[in-house]
Amino acid sequence: MGITTNELFSTLADPTRRAIFERLCRDGEQTVRALTDRAGVSQPAVSKHLGVLKHAGLVRDRREGRQTHYSAQPQGLAPLIDWMSLYGAFWRERFDRLEALLNRMDQ
Amino acid sequence: MTKPTAATRSIVIEREMPHPPERVWRALTQGALIEEWLMENDFQPAVGHRFNFRATPMPHWNGVVDCQVLVVEPSQRLSYSWNASGEETAGVLKTVVTWTLTPTKGGVLVRMEQSGFRAEDEANYQGANYGWQRYIGGLERVAAGLG
Repeated sequence: MGITTNELFSTLADPTRRAIFERLCRDGEQTVRALTDRAGVSQPAVSKHLGVLKHAGLVRDRREGRQTHYSAQPQGLAPLIDWMSLYGAFWRERFDRLEALLNRMDQ
Repeated sequence: MTKPTAATRSIVIEREMPHPPERVWRALTQGALIEEWLMENDFQPAVGHRFNFRATPMPHWNGVVDCQVLVVEPSQRLSYSWNASGEETAGVLKTVVTWTLTPTKGGVLVRMEQSGFRAEDEANYQGANYGWQRYIGGLERVAAGLG
């Protein structure tokens, strides 16, 4: 909550961290051990990256027995959405619909 | 009151329409008509009235817009706040939508300005190189596929 766009960018700027996040987005929930096997870095390093991702709201953890499972929270990317281009296209389309409605009202 | 400050940016769309301003005003202010071209709503043309627009939810946005009527000048000017609702996007988007109708020879000039897009975010988008844009686009597709 309340993370700035800058923090999000810096969170995802690290290639190892980004790879972990992408893997979770693509392959779904995974344990730290499974992630470590593919990450090419030590388990403490992976845990540290997961901590940063969690702080940024990009992953969620769930404990089950002695294992911690992580899953992606892609909605954490919301602050990066380009609202201006989204709404630019939105309003142009709505103007077309407004004109169509006005023409119908004319009849 | 809707003049953007140095810290924010606006989207402006203008179109001349061959219709009387009164007809356009009805389309902008009558709930059932608004729904036909914009979104489902509980709008009332009364300053201070709080209402919502509701659209189909999309990834990262629940489809709800929180609004409050700010200005009602019949057949001339209408303004309401336009803030993204929902846990994920509340506070991320806080804007104001202002409609201005100016009579012309052939009808009316319809001007829509959505102001308040924060420069802080914009600076990040401009600083974001093509790689970032593509990366985020790719993640959006992945996210959409998560269902």
